[in-house]
Amino acid sequence: MRNLTAARAAEMIRFTYLFFLAGKSAWNRRGTLLLVVLSIALSTTLLLGLERVRTQVRESFVQAVSGVDLVVGARGGDMQLMLYAVFHLGGATNNMSWKSALSIAARPDVAWSVPISLGDSHNGYPVVGTSADFFTRYRFRGGRELQLAQGGSFSDLFDVVTGSEVAKKHGYVPGSRIILSHGNSGAQLARHEDKPFVVSGVLRPTGTPVDRSLYISLEAMEAIHLNWQGGAPIRGLEIRPDQVRKFNLEPKSITALLVGMKSRSRVFALQQDIRNWKEEALTGVMPGVAMDQIWRLVSTGEQALFLVSGLVIFTGLAGLASAILAGLGERRRELAILRSAGARPLDILILLACEGFLLLCAGMACGLLLLVLLLLALGPTLADSYGIALHVSPPGTGELLLLGGIAAAGFLTCLIPAWRAYRLSLADGLTAST
Amino acid sequence: MVRAEPRLSSEEAAPPAVSLRAVSFAWPGQENPVLHIPELTIKAGERLFIFGPSGSGKSTLLGLLSGVLTASEGEVSVQGTALHKLGGAARDRFRGDHVGVIFQQFNLVPYLSILENVLIPCRFSARRAARAARQAGSAALAARNLLECLDLRAELWERRVAHLSVGQQQRVAAARALIGGPELLIADEPTSSLDADRRRDFLRLLLRECENSGSTLIFVSHDQGLAAEFSSAANFEELNRRAGR
Ligand SMILES: Nc1ncnc2c1ncn2[C@@H]1O[C@H](COP(=O)(O)OP(=O)(O)OP(=O)(O)O)[C@@H](O)[C@H]1O
Ligand SMILES: [Mg+2]
Repeated sequence: MRNLTAARAAEMIRFTYLFFLAGKSAWNRRGTLLLVVLSIALSTTLLLGLERVRTQVRESFVQAVSGVDLVVGARGGDMQLMLYAVFHLGGATNNMSWKSALSIAARPDVAWSVPISLGDSHNGYPVVGTSADFFTRYRFRGGRELQLAQGGSFSDLFDVVTGSEVAKKHGYVPGSRIILSHGNSGAQLARHEDKPFVVSGVLRPTGTPVDRSLYISLEAMEAIHLNWQGGAPIRGLEIRPDQVRKFNLEPKSITALLVGMKSRSRVFALQQDIRNWKEEALTGVMPGVAMDQIWRLVSTGEQALFLVSGLVIFTGLAGLASAILAGLGERRRELAILRSAGARPLDILILLACEGFLLLCAGMACGLLLLVLLLLALGPTLADSYGIALHVSPPGTGELLLLGGIAAAGFLTCLIPAWRAYRLSLADGLTAST
Repeated sequence: MVRAEPRLSSEEAAPPAVSLRAVSFAWPGQENPVLHIPELTIKAGERLFIFGPSGSGKSTLLGLLSGVLTASEGEVSVQGTALHKLGGAARDRFRGDHVGVIFQQFNLVPYLSILENVLIPCRFSARRAARAARQAGSAALAARNLLECLDLRAELWERRVAHLSVGQQQRVAAARALIGGPELLIADEPTSSLDADRRRDFLRLLLRECENSGSTLIFVSHDQGLAAEFSSAANFEELNRRAGR
């Protein structure tokens, strides 16, 4: 029993010594090995950076809208409804009635609802008719709220709130006057020239489609279309902005309704009821699920990127193995000396494996350091302009798996030169020549 | 074969340092064994000089004695331990514990300091480390003492190994082989890269340290002129009765 623990202690001492030797040896050849470490570092940075950007982009995409339990609209494609409601893309050809929207809003299990009405645009940016609740109810990326950078929500009929990108591009500030276009063509003919809007507020950047949208009230949306029919102004009928208030500005239809439930467990019941809606064909979509589907459609390039960075890692590791293999020739003498002093062939194997593994770890550590520096340097810019939150944070499970994968693959690669050294030291005996 | 005078010490009762019986060895792929030794006994404490032409198999014999190589046939015993009966790891351990080796040249690990080079055997063998510590208080102290005894002054110790002269390198190698007082010291032409003066100096120091530690010395060279310094000398061609001779 005592012998066993003593033997184990001796093995530990021996292993520590081999590790020390491996470190000394690697340091001694640092000039040659630097490039190998560098290539492993770069491939680690690439792979982990890619993983981080991928998860963040996915997250900010999928969570472009959060806190909304159900998106209700006319029956059609679920994804199309999401494109309307979240990305404000597409001309709304397929509307739901305002009456249905009102009765959904009045249900006791519905906490709040926000209408979305599409159709107009401004310089290619979608104009969204909604209620002032939009600014308080809309959540993105894990429950963040919309915030106004300047000005306030709608207070007058022809007020418009713009997303950050729109305002930045055109230099809009509260008080700027803008003209909306009918449809999303932006064509000169179909401009709502007669009813200019005034910017009442500018939103903070969110990294979501909100940045590229303009928001007006549903009533304003109705008002600018009073004298329109079938996509063109009715000839001879002119209604001045100060006259519109006399009209009934309640909309007849909207594109989609964002619904928040009092209790999330009621979502399925509401979804069921909406599917069986009597008055018209409606559908209710849970945003998380639908956004995931859309993401899978648009992210097919992802795999290719991963394949490429996997290949980069492979080249890095192959470089490591060949650098150690190339050094073996001139080290046969040194290995024979260690053998003569009592080292087993197994010790030689461990020594070379340790050396490779040390280089691998050094490479990976440098790669992580580089990644942190990159995140610190580029993170704020990326967050501002793309809404991709790249923080320095402890690695997630995906990243840990990647690191583990690199380490495991690297360790196996290191065994190649180690095994070669083992064979050499067995064959050479004491007489290894240089 | 010249025999050494019997020594008046307890070593006389000890088993012979080396005993070979009907040993043959062939390198992998060789048809005829390079080595066939019917009988060889080397007494403990002996300082044996073995000379023979290049390529005759002297280094191969030393490989067998140190347990790095295993005989294809026959019995190889060192210090009473039957090496041919031991497994690979046990032979490596035996070498670490009981055998010191000096090569012809390039004896040092380039990335270790001189002191670390001397201490290598103590890292692999707890027995050598313990014996060195018993002699000098600690293994490091034992290494320093040996280096000083071998005329390597302290200011050289911090030098890079590559910056030492060949003679200095060989003396460091001798210190490494001697540390922890191994019973058997094997030297494979350690002086052939030295000039005549250096050769004699090195040999004297080596023999003196062997005397101090009571180690058996087997010294191989093709330079017969050195034989006079040893207690006995043997012609390798006579020891080795390989087929066809
Ligand atoms: N590692 C090896 N693998 C295969 N054959 C070897 C090996 N080492 C030596 N030999 C062969 O064994 C024979 C004896 O070699 P060895 O090195 O023992 O001779 P030596 O007497 O020490 O010569 P020298 O005086 O030149 O050192 C030679 O024919 C040599 O080619
Ligand atoms: Mg030789």
